[in-house]
This record gives sequence, structure tokens and C-alpha cells, in this order.
Amino acid sequence: MLVRKGKSATQSTPEAGVILGANPALTATGRKSPEGAINGVLAMTMDRRAFLKRSGLVAGGGALATQLPYNMIGSAEAADVAKDKTGVEVKRTICTHCSVGCAVDAVVENGVWVRQEPVFDSPINLGAHCAKGAAVREHGHGEHRLKYPMKLVDGKYKKISWDQAITEIGDKLLAIRKESGPDATYWVGSSKHSNEQAYMFRKFVSFFGTNNMDHQARICHSTTVAGVANTWGYGAMTNSYNDMQFSKAALYIGSNAAEAHPVSMLHMLHAKENGCKMAVVDPRFTRTAAKADIYSRIRSGTDIPFIWGMLYHIFKNGWEDTAYLKARVHGIEKVKEEVMKWTPDKVQDVTGIPEAEVLRIAEMLAKNKPSTVVWCMGQTQHTVGNANVRAMCILQLVLGNVGVSGGGTNIFRGHDNVQGATDVGPNPDSLPGYYGLAAGSWKHWCGVWGVDYEWVKSQFSSQVMMEKSGITVSRWIDGVLEKNENIDQDSNLRAVVYWGMAPNSQTRGLEMVEAMKLLDLLVVIDPYPSATAAMSAMMRKDGVYLLPACTQFETVGSRTASNRSIQWGEKVIEPLFESKPDHTIMYAFAKKFGFEKEFCKNIKVIKDKQGWDEPEIEDILREINKGCWTIGYTGQSPERLKLHMKNMHTFDVKTLRAKGGPCDGDYFGLPWPCYGTPEMKHPGTPNLYDTSKHVMDGGGNFRANFGVEKDGISLLAEDGSASKGADLQMGYPEFDHVLLKKLGWWDDLTDDEKKLAEGKNWKTDRSGGIQRVVMKVHGCHPFGNAKARAVVWNFPDPVPVHREPMYSPRPDLVEKYPQGADKKNFWRLPTLFKTLQDKVKDISKEFPIIMTSGRLVEYEGGGEETRSNPWLAELQQEMFAEVNPKDANDAGVRNGEFMWVETPTKGRMKLRAQVTERVAAGTVFLPFHFSGWWQGKDMLEYYPDGAAPIVRGESVNQGTTYGYDSVTMMQETKTTLCRVVRA
Amino acid sequence: MARMKFLCDAERCIECNGCVTACKNEHELPWGVNRRRVVTINDGVPGEKSISVSCMHCSDAPCMAVCPTDCFYKTEEGVVLHNKDACIGCGYCFFACPFGAPQFPSGPAAFGARGKMDKCTFCAGGPEENGSKAEFENYGRNRISEGKLPACAEMCATKALLAGDAPVISDIFRDRALRRGKAGDAAWGWTTAYGKPEQAAPAPAAKEGAK
Repeated sequence: MLVRKGKSATQSTPEAGVILGANPALTATGRKSPEGAINGVLAMTMDRRAFLKRSGLVAGGGALATQLPYNMIGSAEAADVAKDKTGVEVKRTICTHCSVGCAVDAVVENGVWVRQEPVFDSPINLGAHCAKGAAVREHGHGEHRLKYPMKLVDGKYKKISWDQAITEIGDKLLAIRKESGPDATYWVGSSKHSNEQAYMFRKFVSFFGTNNMDHQARICHSTTVAGVANTWGYGAMTNSYNDMQFSKAALYIGSNAAEAHPVSMLHMLHAKENGCKMAVVDPRFTRTAAKADIYSRIRSGTDIPFIWGMLYHIFKNGWEDTAYLKARVHGIEKVKEEVMKWTPDKVQDVTGIPEAEVLRIAEMLAKNKPSTVVWCMGQTQHTVGNANVRAMCILQLVLGNVGVSGGGTNIFRGHDNVQGATDVGPNPDSLPGYYGLAAGSWKHWCGVWGVDYEWVKSQFSSQVMMEKSGITVSRWIDGVLEKNENIDQDSNLRAVVYWGMAPNSQTRGLEMVEAMKLLDLLVVIDPYPSATAAMSAMMRKDGVYLLPACTQFETVGSRTASNRSIQWGEKVIEPLFESKPDHTIMYAFAKKFGFEKEFCKNIKVIKDKQGWDEPEIEDILREINKGCWTIGYTGQSPERLKLHMKNMHTFDVKTLRAKGGPCDGDYFGLPWPCYGTPEMKHPGTPNLYDTSKHVMDGGGNFRANFGVEKDGISLLAEDGSASKGADLQMGYPEFDHVLLKKLGWWDDLTDDEKKLAEGKNWKTDRSGGIQRVVMKVHGCHPFGNAKARAVVWNFPDPVPVHREPMYSPRPDLVEKYPQGADKKNFWRLPTLFKTLQDKVKDISKEFPIIMTSGRLVEYEGGGEETRSNPWLAELQQEMFAEVNPKDANDAGVRNGEFMWVETPTKGRMKLRAQVTERVAAGTVFLPFHFSGWWQGKDMLEYYPDGAAPIVRGESVNQGTTYGYDSVTMMQETKTTLCRVVRA
Repeated sequence: MARMKFLCDAERCIECNGCVTACKNEHELPWGVNRRRVVTINDGVPGEKSISVSCMHCSDAPCMAVCPTDCFYKTEEGVVLHNKDACIGCGYCFFACPFGAPQFPSGPAAFGARGKMDKCTFCAGGPEENGSKAEFENYGRNRISEGKLPACAEMCATKALLAGDAPVISDIFRDRALRRGKAGDAAWGWTTAYGKPEQAAPAPAAKEGAK
């Protein structure tokens, strides 16, 4: 049988009993070990006999130690070598792959990253790593990196100097800005940037004069952020990976955590040993499903009918939490009307899941509380993504699981800093801290930045464009390709800057290369050339620049894990080759554009080792602290974060709270919201909306963000449902200077605070006084205390309803559950829904198989970085598709052979067939991390010499089809159609 | 005297390959050399289970018994090591090993020169001086002499792979098994060896066929 790893034509399948048979090298990547790597510094700290004694001591640990064993010794030793006369240092940083936030101790000797040690003290990962985390030291080699600035000349990438690059690119961007306005440029930012870099990127592009910017969150959890925030306040994971240890039941739907967030499973599997029940609902029998008690196979794109199917049983059996619904939830009756339409027969017809299984999972969640839910891209990347996630929120509200330890919606984000980049970074529709784009928001931020609002406005083409949401990254190609009269800005896009994102993660690849061809200028700023370099070189002869950025291991900064904990990463090594940190590159361009003074008005600029100007990261974080009141990014000063990183061992693994020590009472990483000034010492919020705790202990309630009443019905929480110890034990609106005065609390402010708080609310008072008085003095929540909204009346489907995917294998159901109406102007672009669905309604006759995509544990994102790491690349050497034996045999395709996957857009991907029951007949699964092949051809010649990834393969998104979420423009990647053809 | 052992908890192993890359990272292993592998049975169907396998550091090691140059030796802690200077690369140990641990890579330098055998050292190096350059080049790092356990187990994503003094890791595993209420059944290989708890006898033939 073909096993996934090491799968290759030139490799023999290991025979039973010879499971470790030698693996012939496909590519010898000879690599010298760093000079002096083992010069005895770490060695000889202890002889073997002493070690055995230590081992025995460790065995005496308590119950937790035996379950999450600290059976390893080593943290003490690591600390011992922190400083050494021979130039060995230990730098503490965070893995740069997924959002779990695993700590890494990097051992650096004379500037070379020689070893990587596990950080047993980290309450998040306890030293554990997946394949990616255990291989991050390879970043210190970086053989396949983009090494210096390059320019496409006559179809070949040629080395140029940084000066030439900044001059030529800067001149071209300024010329485009002059000729066509700033909105003719598009800036793709990054979830791999630190908080500080992402924040500066938002500022940088704003000062260039456009909202045309975005980052990975658009195509990862934008529907979650919008859907969840509109339900109850904040669009983020409510609890934490650690808190899942308190769960009694967990439902994973559209999440393959065992591959995408492996270390999260440390906590879940531990919970399971303590009796937690686990269910997985997915079109594939994933590795996560292999660990579950219950697995149900769902037809891709039918999440809402399944969730409503569960709620049908919950309501029918009276398992809902009536008191909770009454006190804290608005509009559940309307939801119930829709739910009760989903009788078990209908649910089975649409989802493929029989009644007994739906009932079993519903009962598991209802009778084993607190129960939690986990979702990822399987829920979000659909045209109905925003409704999928709201249906999940509603499920948890009905069960009374939100604001409860062990419950909540554990939404696993994707990248190491996608949460942070969403919170404070380059979003086309908001300023840092989700402040929106209205004049008041701009004025708030201009105040923080220390720049004149009128000046910023003058950078934009008009105030209208300044307040208009930009194009999303999922659609930049249409900003190029769409007819000019159809787009809601003056010019089409003429220049695109890919600053830390892969193009192969966006859909409609065939159209993307056409858009790349039409651009005047395409710039890649990235540690790797990325698929952008190869795809553009395939289409054009010039007009492309590649600039080497360094990774997070080569700079400092904070990053926000999925659970909202913020961790500080130290610089491990100096930037490799000619690469530079992203914020240094931004500063160089700001200088070129003539706004470097405004860019760093309140931020110290220091010189790096090569004499480049570098904005100081600590100062940038302090500026974030001074502005992001809305989401409590204000209390996490660099000093507090650094203290946490040094005292990880003082935090409890389950609650994340420090007991004693210098961080006493804090939650690890000060998970946002950490309100008020750093001096107020808010401990951070481990679980959102938890009324069982005082607000100064991380407690809270649902946010009053949608007015105080709707259609004559109060939206505020009922009496008695406020957070513990609040002076107002009732629902109340958000706080501003007026409410403070009415309540007689105004005089609790100091005179200095009063000056800044006058005329302001809790979000715009830059003294922090309103938050201090409301929370510390009166125990209330600054954002008010309201009900969660089961009905989100400002969305196209206020109550989530099923809509068949754009490309559905069921034309009969398209009739019954069609997409909504087309939108003429949506994020500046016309967007098709129903007309396209009608047009392709019968296309399943030609393309009968559902095509879906997902992650592999060895790779991440577009995969350019991880496919360039030989330790990972060796484990996954070829692009493949999982195909059921029936579909394979029908197409005459055999296991391990090449086949074509063809899609309705003339997409054609040549890849290996992995014939497996992991997918059902009628579904094909493709991993999305590959690039570097195009319709059967290796693109090696289009990469800069020596900088192509080791493993290249066909990108699934070459063949993905049109389809976008009706609120956020999330792309549809999880359900489209294809056919398989023998190669 | 303590005895070093690996134990992989199949209920926890998620086939993430963290152990594999941790090993590569720690010992600077070249492409093609894998001292550790994750093996999956029933891939993609209910019953899917994975375990991470390397040299098991047997108490009565067959490799040791058959080696014509007697290049193997055992440390006080029960770690099976070998001397690459004495190894002639004949592959007899490969025959003898029930787990396929010995490898004969064709890679560069110490890992492939003259066809010498390479395998997991339990991060305990080789006959050269602890922590010396020569030891590192031939066998990789010697974590044991630094008071650390093997990198693979220390970094395991779910603490499935346990390494250390046998009584210590068996205590950890026993505690988990008791909590799961599955006694020894959760241990990979248990049913093959002893049958399911409720069954009188195992059905080895059927098990074989199932592969």
C-alpha cells in the first residue's frame, strides 16, 4: 500500500518488518555542520551516572507529570548554558509555522544557530513539536532562500543591489501613483509578520494612500472574524488549546488538527484520557478522525444542515440551556424556526449523515458539558462561510457553552501570527484594532501616530476612497482583469506587492497568471522567491522584482497565538545573506516616498549592523499599546511580555495563570483583551465572556456593539448575568464620558485622565482612564454587557441558511437551496453568486467529483518555505491526490501512478494518485502546499538560480473555481468539482 | 541499574513526524538517512494507528549476537551502540533486526562511507570521547552525556513517544492506560501478543492477512 510520506517513484515501498529500510536519496543536499558546533559547551554538564539519578528524581512528579510527562530532563541544563564564555547563547523564540505558538530555545554559538532545545517550561507546548517545529533550525541554513535583491531581465532573474531595487521600484510606484492614483497599487501583507511589522504595514500603505491591502486572514478565517464578532463581540478563539483539558466533549468540524495544529492534540488527547469524548465531522477520515470516538463523513459544503440537524434533536429533546438563552442570547426563536425545518430525512439527503449519527453527536455535546467545538478552513472557506461559523456559535449558545471553561468556540487560526496581523495589521476595511475606516477612526489613529489627519487624507485620492474598503487579496486579480467601468475605483490595479504571502494559496490560478501578465510592476518581498517569482517569470520577461526579507528568527517581535496569547520572540541570528527585516524594508521605502518622519513620529529609529535605519520594535509595540483600546492590546507592554517569556514555568498548564513569581495573577502571554494601560495590570483574558470571574481576573460578558434595542426588544443582558463583582448586576451599554457622568463615576478619574477622556468613549480615550475606572473601581466591562446575537440582521442571511456550493454535484438541491443574488459592488468589485451557479448547475455531468483541499503536517501555507527545508521535504516528496478506489478504478487510475485532475476552468493538475478509502467515492482531496509545476511541467527554469524549493508540484489552486463568501469575500476552496483522468 | 527504553503510545501518536525531524535536526542527518520512522497501519480507515519506530535497544539484541566483527556494545544504561570503525557494512545485523533499524545509507561522510551501518544511538553517541567532534561526525550528538534524553521523545508533539528509564516510562504509560480504561490494549502490539482482553486467544493469521 502506498503510504503518504516518502512516496516517490524512485522509492520502494517499505516491506513489512523492514520498516526502517534505507531511503535512497533523491537529491543529495550536502550540508556542512556549523564549525565548532559541538565544542563541548553543552556537553559534559553531567556524567551518565548523575543523569540516571536525575531521571529517577523526575519520576516523582505528580499526576500531571505522569500524564503530560516531564519525563525529560533538560530545562535546567538549558538554563545553565544561557550565558557562557565561549560565546554560546540560548535565545527563546516561537515556532514560525502554525498558530499554536510553540516555544523554541535556539542555541547559538558565535552567531550560528547550532542546536534547538525543547522548552519544557512553555505552558502551551511543554517542549513538544510537530515535524515543522522540530525542524525550524533549518532556517539558520536557508540554502534555498532568496539571497539578494533580483530583477527579471529578459525572462531571467538577475542580481541587483538594494539601492537599485529601492530606487527603481520606488520610482515606478510613485509614477503609477501620479498617473493613476494610489488605488492603482495593491499591497499583500502577511500573517507571518510580527504584530509590530503588520501594524507598521497598515500604517505604511495608509500613508501611501490606499486601503488596497490585505493578508492571509482573508482566505483563512475572515468569515470567522466577521461572523463570530457579529454574534458576540470579538472574532477570535474564545478559549485556548490548554483550556480544552477541561472539556468533557469536543466536536471537530472542518479541522484536521492532528496535521494542521499537531501540538494542540497534546491537550486534547490528555483530555480524552480524562474522559473527554471526541467527534470529528469531515469529508475525509483524517488523522484527527483516527483519534476520535465518533467520526461522521459529511458531504463537503453542507455544514449548516448538519448543525441544524443536531440542533433539531437538541430542541426536540429539550437539551437547550433555557436560562442561559433567556439571559444572554437574542433572537433564538427565529433560529429555531429555521432549525425545525431540517428534519432528519432532509439532513441525511443533503449531508449524507444518517439520523442516528447526527443524534449521537448532538447527545454527546448536550450531555457531556462543558463541551467545545473546533473549526478551521473546512467551515470558513465557503461561499456561506460567514453563516457556517454563526451556526456553530448558535450551537454553543444553545448549549450554554460560551463563556465557560472547557466550552467555547475553539477556532484554530492558521499562521503563527495570523491572529495578530488580523488584530493590528493590514485589513482593507479597518485600522489596527478593528477601528473601521470612518473619519473618527482615522482621527483616533492619527492622534496615536502623531500625524496630521489632513496630511493623511491628502495622501489618498479622496476622503471617499480613504473611507472605502479596499479590494481583498482573494480578488486582486479581478482588480486587474475586470473591465474598468465595473470596478469601484478610478484605475485598475497596475502594481502588486506580495509582501510575505504565497500566490498559490489563492484560487483561480489560471486567471492569476493572466493578471500577473497585465501588471506594470510586480514585487515580491519574502524570505523565499515564492511561487510568485516562477509564475510571473513564466508569463513575462521583465517588470518583476524580488527583495529578500528575513524570517522572524532574524529579528525580534511579538506574535499572537490562536488563543490570543502574545509571545515575544528574541532574535536568534543576524539576517542571512542580504535579507532585511520587513520593518526595515518598509522604512527604506518610506524614505523613498518621503514620509519616513511621519512613519516613525513616535518611534525610535536605530541603526542596524549594516547601517540601515530600523524602527525599534519595542517602541512600535508601545505605540500599538497606546492605540488599540477596542481589543485590549494596550496592557501588553514589551516589558511584561518579556517577563512572561522568562518565567514560563510559573504558569499553570490548564488555566494558563501564574501562581506567584514575578507574573503573579497574569495569564500567559496576556491574552487579549488585556485592557487598560500596562500599569493597570489587567491579567489578560483566558476565556472570553466568562461571567464567573471578575473583569480584573479576566472575566467578562457579551459585547454591547449592536445598539441597546432592536425592534423594541432590549439587546442588553438580563439582570443577574453580569460578570462577578460588577457594580452593575444587569445589562448595560458600552461606556463613554456621558454614561460615566450619569453614573457619578466621572470623579473617579484623575484630573489628567479627565482632560483626555472628555468627549471620548472607552475605545477612544487615550488616557485609559475610562477603562481603569469602569473595570478596576467598579468591576464592570467597558464594552457593556449585552446579549449575543443569534440573528445577525446586518448580514445577507441573518439566520444562517443552507445554500448549495457554487459548483455542486447535486443540481436538484441547487434548485431548492440556491445562492443569493449577485452583487454589483462588493469590496469594489462586481461579484457573482446566483447567475454563475445557474450557469454551472449541470456541470457535474462532466465533472462529477467533489474536489476539496487541505493541509499536510510537513508543510505550511503555500509551502515554499517548508518545501525548501530538506528535513521536511524528504518526508513528502511529491504532489498527490487522494482518490477513492471506486473513482480510481472507474477512471483506470492505479495507486502511485500519475493522473490528471481536471476542473471546469480548464485547470489540469498532474499528480500522483493515492488510492485510499480516506475519501469517499465522489470526493478527491488535494493538499494545497504545492507549487512549481504548471499543468504537468516543472517550473524550475523560472525560479532564480539556486532558490527553487526542493520539492515542487502542481498547485491545487491552478484549478480552483470562482466563489466568494457573501460578507467577507472569502474564497471557496473546499467544495468545487473535478474529474480524474489517467495520465 | 536503570535501563533506557523507548515506548510509543499508539493512542497518542498522530503521525506528525516530529520525532523524525527532531532526529534529523539534532544529528545533522543528511537526506536519505532516517534513524526513526513513523509507521501507520490501517491508513485512512477506522483503526488507523501509528507508531514511531527506531532501534529498540533490545536487552538481548539480535544485531549484537550476529555481528561478525563484534562491533556492537551496550552501555550501562542498556543502550545498544556500535563502533563504525569496526563495522564492515555486511548487513547481517539488518537481517537479524526485527525492526529494520540498521540502515546502510549511501550518503556522504560518516553516514555512508564504505557502506557502514547507521542507526539510532538513543542520542548516546559512540565509542569516542563524549561530546567530541569525532563522535559527533560519526554518530551525531551525545545528549545522554549532557543529561538529556533523546531529541525525538523530548520533542514529541503529543508525548506519545516516551524515552527514559524503563520503570519511569512504564509508570507514565500505565497511568494513561488506566485512565483510558483499556488496560494494556492501548499498547501497540498488545493484541497481537495477548489477544484482546475479552478474547481467549489471538488470531495471528487474521492479523497478518489484514495488512
